[in-house]
Amino acid sequence: MLPEPIPVVKAKATAEPVIAIHELAKSFGDNQVLAHFDLVLNQGENLVVLGKSGSGKSVLIKCIIRLLEPDSGSIQVLGENIVDLNEEALDRLRVKIGFLFQGNALYDSMTVRQNLEFPLRRHWMNVSQGEVDGLVMEALDNVGLEETLDMMPEELSGGMRKRIALARTLILKPDIILYDEPTTGLDPITGKEISELMIEVQHKYKTSSLIISHDMKCIRRTADRIIVLLDGRCYAEGTYAELERSSDPQVKNFFE
Amino acid sequence: MNTSENTKAFFTETGAISSFAARFFKQVYKPRFELNEFIRQCYVIGYQSLPLIGLTGFIMGLVLTIQLRPSLTEYGVEAQLPSMISVAVFRELGPVITALIFAGKIGSSIGAELGSMRVTEQIDAMEVSGTNPFKYLVVTRVLATTLMLPILVLLADAIALYGSYLGVNIRGNTSFSLFYTQVTGILEFGDVLPAFIKTFFFGFAIGVIGCYKGYHSRKGTEGVGRSANMAVVISSVTVFVIDLVAVQVTDILNLN
Ligand SMILES: Nc1ncnc2c1ncn2[C@@H]1O[C@H](COP(=O)(O)OP(=O)(O)OP(=O)(O)O)[C@@H](O)[C@H]1O
Ligand SMILES: [Mg+2]
Repeated sequence: MLPEPIPVVKAKATAEPVIAIHELAKSFGDNQVLAHFDLVLNQGENLVVLGKSGSGKSVLIKCIIRLLEPDSGSIQVLGENIVDLNEEALDRLRVKIGFLFQGNALYDSMTVRQNLEFPLRRHWMNVSQGEVDGLVMEALDNVGLEETLDMMPEELSGGMRKRIALARTLILKPDIILYDEPTTGLDPITGKEISELMIEVQHKYKTSSLIISHDMKCIRRTADRIIVLLDGRCYAEGTYAELERSSDPQVKNFFE
Repeated sequence: MNTSENTKAFFTETGAISSFAARFFKQVYKPRFELNEFIRQCYVIGYQSLPLIGLTGFIMGLVLTIQLRPSLTEYGVEAQLPSMISVAVFRELGPVITALIFAGKIGSSIGAELGSMRVTEQIDAMEVSGTNPFKYLVVTRVLATTLMLPILVLLADAIALYGSYLGVNIRGNTSFSLFYTQVTGILEFGDVLPAFIKTFFFGFAIGVIGCYKGYHSRKGTEGVGRSANMAVVISSVTVFVIDLVAVQVTDILNLN
């Protein structure tokens, strides 16, 4: 059950990994958040990164999308090393990656419709208004909130905001979705609904997902595989069932 | 903090604001142009400031006239009142007072708006959706302040003169056409043009500083408040510094 060195180049002979991180390091001043961190996300997989608050989970996915510059290491996303990309190539790659923020990050001066249109209008410039409307309605339909179309984000409940944020990430039909604590701060029932939505989305659009979480219920529902992040590195890895039976006290802590 | 640290902080900040301004010039020519957002900002920044700028301009002209009259009467040159007021308003008071009011209203609102967008990760969300938030948020706002302030100053000048006309007529009887002849008779090219040109710099500085403070806001509600506050303080001081430089330049070029 203890961590084995992860094969970086290819997980299976058949599938090229969509994300492969090797020897990632990131620190803020004296605070070494990530060190020698490795991770592989395979095509179509739901991978959960589990770790306690402040362990650097958000820092990790912000490095993947290059909101933060890593100090060293390589991050291959869809075959490109994101660290080396120039601005334009980075923007093109980012369109293929959906990012669900811990705090949703809805544009609070815009209506729900404008929030959803915002990424569309910039990337698919030659789509007609009719097509845009169609895509917006499809995204809202996916999360079951068609009636909120002309509402402002502040008029929505926490769970609704999370759904709209998910709809906004889905609208560009990303290949990969990065979820930052999708169920934290929600009541158990809403949390369950969001987890189910995540699984639905994965089946419908064949996305690969990296899910940051410490909500064990959500993890049990969604995870194909789990990585435990501790002291800035990948401490343990396995399926939910495997890790649940682990004898390692650090891993056990999470499952109590 | 001792003096040397303060000095160092001052130069670091000045350098950071300058490179922020340089980034504006690099981005402003690159497509795509966020025309809709620019127009919206012109409306918010220009049109919605009209009542405030109009009121302060009117009071400025009226009060100045009432205050100056006794001194001029003493020297027996009461008839010069309109000429003196118009020179004072066009050359100095109109631009500077309008710019200060503008810094208070617009500088703080830009600082707070971008600050809260930074803190709630809305700026990061734009970035990961492949939109350049600097172009969308900063370039549009800086262009809007740069173009709107000169127009507001011209309006404030005109309204101030009207206030002054009413002020003259409290104790005298001057027809509007006589007042108008006196004003246009004294004003020269050298009074109006340099003063008009400097207002573009005022507008630019207020926009850049407001955006810089918001864009680099610290986390937390306190961080947003501080950004808004510092945006007003720094841009107000900068208005005076630009005014000082402008008067030296016109003096050297002999435009007076
Ligand atoms: N921009 C930053 N500047 C300085 N330090 C940072 C920054 N972002 C994160 N950190 C530090 O990195 C560490 C990890 O933060 P991170 O936000 O990744 O935690 P987390 O695992 O996501 O926790 P949570 O579950 O509470 O969201 C923390 O110690 C934090 O102080
Ligand atoms: Mg986090």
